[in-house]
Amino acid sequence: MVKFDIKDLNIWFGAVHALKRVSMDVRANEILSVIGPSNSGKTTFLRMLNRLNDLNQNFKMSGSVKLDQNEIKTIDPELLRKRVGMVFALPLPLPLSIFDNVAYGVRMHGTKNKKTLEEIVEKSLKEAYLWEEVKDRMDTSAFKLSGGQQQRLCIARTLAVEPEVILFDEPCSGLDPISTAKVEDAMVNLKQKYTIVLVTNNVKQAARVGNRTAFFLGGELIELSATERIFTAPADQRTDGYIRGKFG
Amino acid sequence: MRNPYRTQKIAFFVLLVATLLIVIPVGMIVVIIVQKGLPAINWEFLSDIPRKGMRAGGIFPAIVGTIYLVGGAIVFALPIGLLAAIYLSEYSKDNLLTRLIKLAIVNLAGVPSVVYGLFGLALFVVFFKFGASILSGSLTLGIMILPVIVTTSREALESVPSSFREVSLSLGASKWQTIRHIVLPNAIPGILTGTILGLGRAAGETAPILFTVAAFYLPRLPDSIFDQVMALPYHLYVISTQVPNVDEKIRYGTAFVLLALVLFMNLVAIVIRYQFRKKKKW
Repeated sequence: MVKFDIKDLNIWFGAVHALKRVSMDVRANEILSVIGPSNSGKTTFLRMLNRLNDLNQNFKMSGSVKLDQNEIKTIDPELLRKRVGMVFALPLPLPLSIFDNVAYGVRMHGTKNKKTLEEIVEKSLKEAYLWEEVKDRMDTSAFKLSGGQQQRLCIARTLAVEPEVILFDEPCSGLDPISTAKVEDAMVNLKQKYTIVLVTNNVKQAARVGNRTAFFLGGELIELSATERIFTAPADQRTDGYIRGKFG
Repeated sequence: MRNPYRTQKIAFFVLLVATLLIVIPVGMIVVIIVQKGLPAINWEFLSDIPRKGMRAGGIFPAIVGTIYLVGGAIVFALPIGLLAAIYLSEYSKDNLLTRLIKLAIVNLAGVPSVVYGLFGLALFVVFFKFGASILSGSLTLGIMILPVIVTTSREALESVPSSFREVSLSLGASKWQTIRHIVLPNAIPGILTGTILGLGRAAGETAPILFTVAAFYLPRLPDSIFDQVMALPYHLYVISTQVPNVDEKIRYGTAFVLLALVLFMNLVAIVIRYQFRKKKKW
């Protein structure tokens, strides 16, 4: 089943043509890895899917992006972002307690009941494999957690609003290998319920967790196919060069 | 011949002297005011009305008047200034109108205070027929401190990391929810700093209240916001230049009370700000 259907997508920031004629789809309940060197447009692509690019004054686009057959331009951005959650490159806890961080989105969508909130927070933290580590200190500042814990907190915070799609923007770029493994475990586990788009600079990570992998270069989609295929028999020479570490 | 080591020493010495030169006037002002003014301070001086043509008695009406005026100015300027700052930092796009508004704020800050006084006289006292009153004086002082409050509040709002806004929006919160729950709470210390600066300025200025509210001699408390009041800076001016043979003790005592009042207001705001800073965690 197709979750996102993207046709002829062009994006400009002022005079910079950041994405060029990208057409692709994101399937439901898959992990789609997006790889490519910096400035290849992969983060721009990701931020298109929850319309965070709209915050940039110079943003312009053409083409179509559909979520479940609905043009995302026609969806209210707050509702879209509730359905399409995002985990950022750096762990970005809000300056609130652990509990309030996870409950933040849910509260903003109108849930006030304390019991309901507690249940949602516990469930989300368990899904992000963080519950056991923080259950006794829910009222302490989220900044007291380690980097890896903060990133899993951010995942839990995204899960709490019950999205359909989760966008990961290089979620492990600041983490050590053990924390990375924990975040990857969480992601693979989440695939059952959610559609995941993972932008990563770590080619091995794409190979480990992705069902399909897309390779971006200079704002263009070069290749998109099953992960095994990309990593064993890529169709394009440039893909081959990148995953072998010849450039980028 | 150049000796870099000696040059460094000279530079260090010059920088140090320049810094010390700042401390000296501040220290001297405080020392002189305290030394000459403190002997005048007693319960009667603080709580009594002026007597014998202001040559005896206390300054209670002027203290009350200043508190009313400063309070009125803040009540008027803080909400408007803060709302304008929110609009400018969070909503406005960079276009001609916004640039015009920002230019207007900068220019408002540069207007001499006596011009505010004249403006207040023309607009509030005469045109709106508020008369010389607490209302006119507070509004005039409020307009005077608006640019300080707008500018510092805007800086405080803009210093909240944009990543926090993105996180909040990415969770589906609306723009206003983001401002209300994430941006504002983290900008409060900076907003308070602006308010402190505004308070101090409003309490100390003479010219804006000269034509709009200040009474030369009014030995009773005001009944409503349409009454005139005495105010400390104007009272100080009056007893220093307009009334002969006022004891030096009374003049410095008045200055001491004005200084103490401003410092006390600052202290309250600093304590509140400190409480908020402690909660700030990034």
